[in-house]
Amino acid sequence: MRKWVAIVFLAFLGFFMVKIVATFPFGEENWGVAKHYVDRGIEENRGSNLVTSIVVNYRGFDTLGEVTVLFLAATALAFLLSTCRCQKKYNRIEGSLILKTAADTLFPLLILFGAYIFIHGHLTPGGGFQGGTVIASAVMLMLLSRLSFHPNHRALSVTEGLAGMAFVLIGLAGLIWGGSFLANNILPLGQWNRLFSAGVIPLIYIAVGLKVGSELSGLITDMIATTKEEK
Amino acid sequence: MAFFIASIILILVGLYAVLVKKNIMKIVIGLSIMDTGVNILIISLGFIRGRTAPIINTRDLLVNTSSKVVDPLPQALVLTAIVIGVAVTAAALSIVMLMYSRKKTLEIDEYKELKW
Amino acid sequence: MILEYFMLLLLILMIGLAVFAVETRDLLAAVLAAGFISLVASIVYLYLQAPDVAMTEAAIGAGLTTLIFIIAVRKTERYEK
Repeated sequence: MRKWVAIVFLAFLGFFMVKIVATFPFGEENWGVAKHYVDRGIEENRGSNLVTSIVVNYRGFDTLGEVTVLFLAATALAFLLSTCRCQKKYNRIEGSLILKTAADTLFPLLILFGAYIFIHGHLTPGGGFQGGTVIASAVMLMLLSRLSFHPNHRALSVTEGLAGMAFVLIGLAGLIWGGSFLANNILPLGQWNRLFSAGVIPLIYIAVGLKVGSELSGLITDMIATTKEEK
Repeated sequence: MAFFIASIILILVGLYAVLVKKNIMKIVIGLSIMDTGVNILIISLGFIRGRTAPIINTRDLLVNTSSKVVDPLPQALVLTAIVIGVAVTAAALSIVMLMYSRKKTLEIDEYKELKW
Repeated sequence: MILEYFMLLLLILMIGLAVFAVETRDLLAAVLAAGFISLVASIVYLYLQAPDVAMTEAAIGAGLTTLIFIIAVRKTERYEK
């Protein structure tokens, strides 16, 4: 009974959604404020990646909010799982020889690749969130292959705190010397398509990348963790 | 146009799982499918035929840019939305694990303390 | 032209996987189907000329979300009653 009522309601909802969306022409020009971002983005920011300059400079405050939401979710997860009387003693098995060898070879390469992605965020597709997730997946690979790999919780939380603080301090420095929060003119803008260019955008993305990487690594470690007595 | 209809069907399938299913993990999976559908809808609203990605790495894209690239604003919004989706899923799954450790069951009909 | 038909095929595959993920009783299969939806969505983002979003969806949707779902299924039950 509940199933059929839900299907009728969803068909109704779907009909109205398709009617609204069908008024948009698919694949045709529909510029709004993005025309200013696209036309003047290069001369105001000198970064090649337009999506990065929107996310960090024009909509930089939203990125600060997003980093806060991610921090809140990781903290809530750590708090809830510490009070849980979950089944913590289940049999984790040691990885096979192929997995151990591959993980040992790939772990430094993955961290290097993640750092490359977030350092070059203003030149190539990529940025802080992608690079941070690649670093977290490197930690995940090591956790899956060895039983004796314990990331240092203290080092992860100190890195995360310092990186988050660096983001806010760059914003405040923009307020003091630049005229507005997260202003982009306190560092020289440089030339287009070079590594040291685009003002504070690379610094902000490095802070975001380190923060997201250490946060997601801590989240995965919390979820996999076993208690100390059952080792 | 096919992108619009497919993403709307994905949203409706996710919403069906949230409304009808009785297992908590199915509800969280439906929430995650709904997130993916909404993101595809937003990016397909910004697509323009025949143009290229908004990364300007050659000199001939520097002049007259707004007639050669796709709209970059929906991509910036969806970047935020994907990360927030994974944060919400992680928080929901930690609550599911906590609920299972109290009553050892995943059916929502067994959790009756708030009903009268 | 071939590319448009390929995209149509991928969209139909996504809808089929979503229906499978909702209806099956094996929770591990449902979780893997949801991860596969994210992977196909990453290919669709590449056709829609969005490389940043494709990279983010592949790393987060098909990597991290699937992993935390599998850890949660491992700590609870595998089959739905």
